[in-house]
Amino acid sequence: MSAREEILARIRAARAGETPAGDGARGGRPLSGDDPWARERGYRTAGEVHGPALLDLLAERLADYRAVVRRAEPADLGAEICAALRRRGARRIAVPPGLELPALPDGVEPVAADGLAPAALDALDGVVTGAAVAIAETGTIVLDGSPGQGSRGVTLVPDYHLCIVRAEQVVHLVPEAVARLAGRGTRPLTWISGPSATSDIELNRVEGVHGPRTLEVVIVSGGGH
Amino acid sequence: MTYLGMPPPVRGTGHLRGRQPFPVAARRALADAQLRHNLGNATQTIRAKRARVVAELPDWEALRDAGQAIKAEAIAHLDSYLEQLETNVTLRGGTVHWARDAGEACQIVTGLVSATGASEVVKVKSLVTDEIALNEALAAARITAVETDLAELIVQLGHDWPSHILVPAIHRNRAEIREIFLREMDGVDPGLTDEPAALAEAARLYLRRRFLSARVGISGANFAIAETGTLCVVESEGNGRMCLTLPQTLITVMGIEKVLPTWQDLEVFLQLLPRSATGERMNPYTSMWTGVTPGDGPQEFHLVLLDNGRTTALADPVGRQALHCIRCSACLNVCPVYERTGGHAYGSVYPGPIGAVLSPQLTGIEANASLPYASSLCGACFEVCPVKIDIPSILVHLRGQHVEAARERRRPPSPEAITMAAASWAMSRPDRFAAAQRASGLGRVLGRGGRVRRLPPPLAAWTRARDAPAPPERTFRQWWRDEHGDPP
Ligand code: SF4
Repeated sequence: MSAREEILARIRAARAGETPAGDGARGGRPLSGDDPWARERGYRTAGEVHGPALLDLLAERLADYRAVVRRAEPADLGAEICAALRRRGARRIAVPPGLELPALPDGVEPVAADGLAPAALDALDGVVTGAAVAIAETGTIVLDGSPGQGSRGVTLVPDYHLCIVRAEQVVHLVPEAVARLAGRGTRPLTWISGPSATSDIELNRVEGVHGPRTLEVVIVSGGGH
Repeated sequence: MTYLGMPPPVRGTGHLRGRQPFPVAARRALADAQLRHNLGNATQTIRAKRARVVAELPDWEALRDAGQAIKAEAIAHLDSYLEQLETNVTLRGGTVHWARDAGEACQIVTGLVSATGASEVVKVKSLVTDEIALNEALAAARITAVETDLAELIVQLGHDWPSHILVPAIHRNRAEIREIFLREMDGVDPGLTDEPAALAEAARLYLRRRFLSARVGISGANFAIAETGTLCVVESEGNGRMCLTLPQTLITVMGIEKVLPTWQDLEVFLQLLPRSATGERMNPYTSMWTGVTPGDGPQEFHLVLLDNGRTTALADPVGRQALHCIRCSACLNVCPVYERTGGHAYGSVYPGPIGAVLSPQLTGIEANASLPYASSLCGACFEVCPVKIDIPSILVHLRGQHVEAARERRRPPSPEAITMAAASWAMSRPDRFAAAQRASGLGRVLGRGGRVRRLPPPLAAWTRARDAPAPPERTFRQWWRDEHGDPP
């Protein structure tokens, strides 16, 4: 018997004679009123905070986990990005394909970074990306690698990550984000809540270990849409 | 339940039992004042952080109910969900392997690494690879495994053992860590201070070039989604992202009980886990990947599904709940026994209350007979568990099993079991324990839970455990004196 057959046989034997609830085919089955699982979803699934208050909550929670947070109106986004890069003193910045950026300040060179080897990424000063979803309650941004967000390595190796989050990408709760990402689940996803951190030494939190040590997020208001 | 042609139950092998029974190992830990101080501090801090972020959520109890229900569904139809997972991982370009026990898993992984020609691998902290003693197996094949989680690195460079699921170096203070780094890290700045930020920076520099040149990464998994074939790793430092993203080949080892039915289930577990584990609303980084993505991350992906005693645990209708565990470690941080003894005393990579119910089930009760007694049954672990595992009931059930097994062999229960019964009696009341140990700061949990919890089901097992044929008192006292030098 192969290990596979043997393990599966043991699992079946372990429960032989029992009639467990459910049918083992939960996958792909939509939740409906008479679904036994619908009963278990007694937790919040619909956002309770909206509009400017939602963006405020996201800003507060991001800052709570030591991200640098900026707010911008759509018209000011370009200026805000330039100001951030100037403050950072960045020279060579990774810009993933599909990200529409305004003119960068003098002396800042955009680099098309997808496909670069890790050592080449390490030589860059930072990366600018968009996001797929942001969760206000937990201060989390999610990247799914679609255009404008780069591959996983591009947002990992450079020491500075500037992320642009637009109002329509912001949700209140984790279940809302999981629902929005449902169709995209087979893309590689990175959920980011603040810069990398460790609490391994006497439980003292130290920000910035292996991932980008500085995470800066520009939250762009809805602009009345 | 067996049928014709069924091999005997799998006994878990690897790092699941200590060289000494719990009471002997615990005694040494109890005498270590530094260790007790570190542990006390750490568990108290994490407890407070957890309580704060759990209190923020109005629907925490509903999330726990959902977590319990989803795990029960996954375990009830484990065969079907594992097959779905295999199909979907394979469809997306990954390769799935199955391993009956630790030895077989190590053989698979070692073979895969050797095939790449790499002599060094980078590893994300993973309990399951500790369980199967993978680093030792790789070393035997002349492959160096570099632990990249800061705490695991401290443990590895200190030639030491992890003592906590989540903060494996919880037993080391900053001065000790500085010494380890100065002694063991090549190229470290000799002027290194013991500031946590400086120590973290030293680890960053030490690991960075290894990440950038790594060809093979090895990880565990927090969750795997049957419906999509997606794997999920939750972490803080970014070492996980490095290992999961930069190497060309990724090998993930995962216990078969980690599978979740649907994508949507993540909405529950991504709330339960970080709040219960590190006391954060969300951990800094969560990575999810499905098979292989062209142009992004490893182009070769292997998933090793490990049994190692899990199917044996599954056959026990009371004990199988332990397979619901998401390894958050909240139960360790509230356990009065763990707080005093630390993780090493349990002798397994799974310490604390969950270890006391999981390890004996994976190895068979006779190999870990003292662990089910390493508890005062105060019930604090059950109250914090994000998936509502009734650990006290399983403990009582396992004690009953142990006594039953001994009775069948016409022998009294092992001496360590009796000792542990006495020790848990002593640990269950602050005054008794303080008299013995003069430990400070104890009893916070006990103040609330020092009572022995309601008689948990199944009552029959409980009754058997209480009716355990104890050896004559003099013999027991004599035994204790021989082992411990002073009377209980
Ligand atoms: S038993 Fe529960 S509390 Fe303990 S580690 Fe597992 S999930 Fe967490």
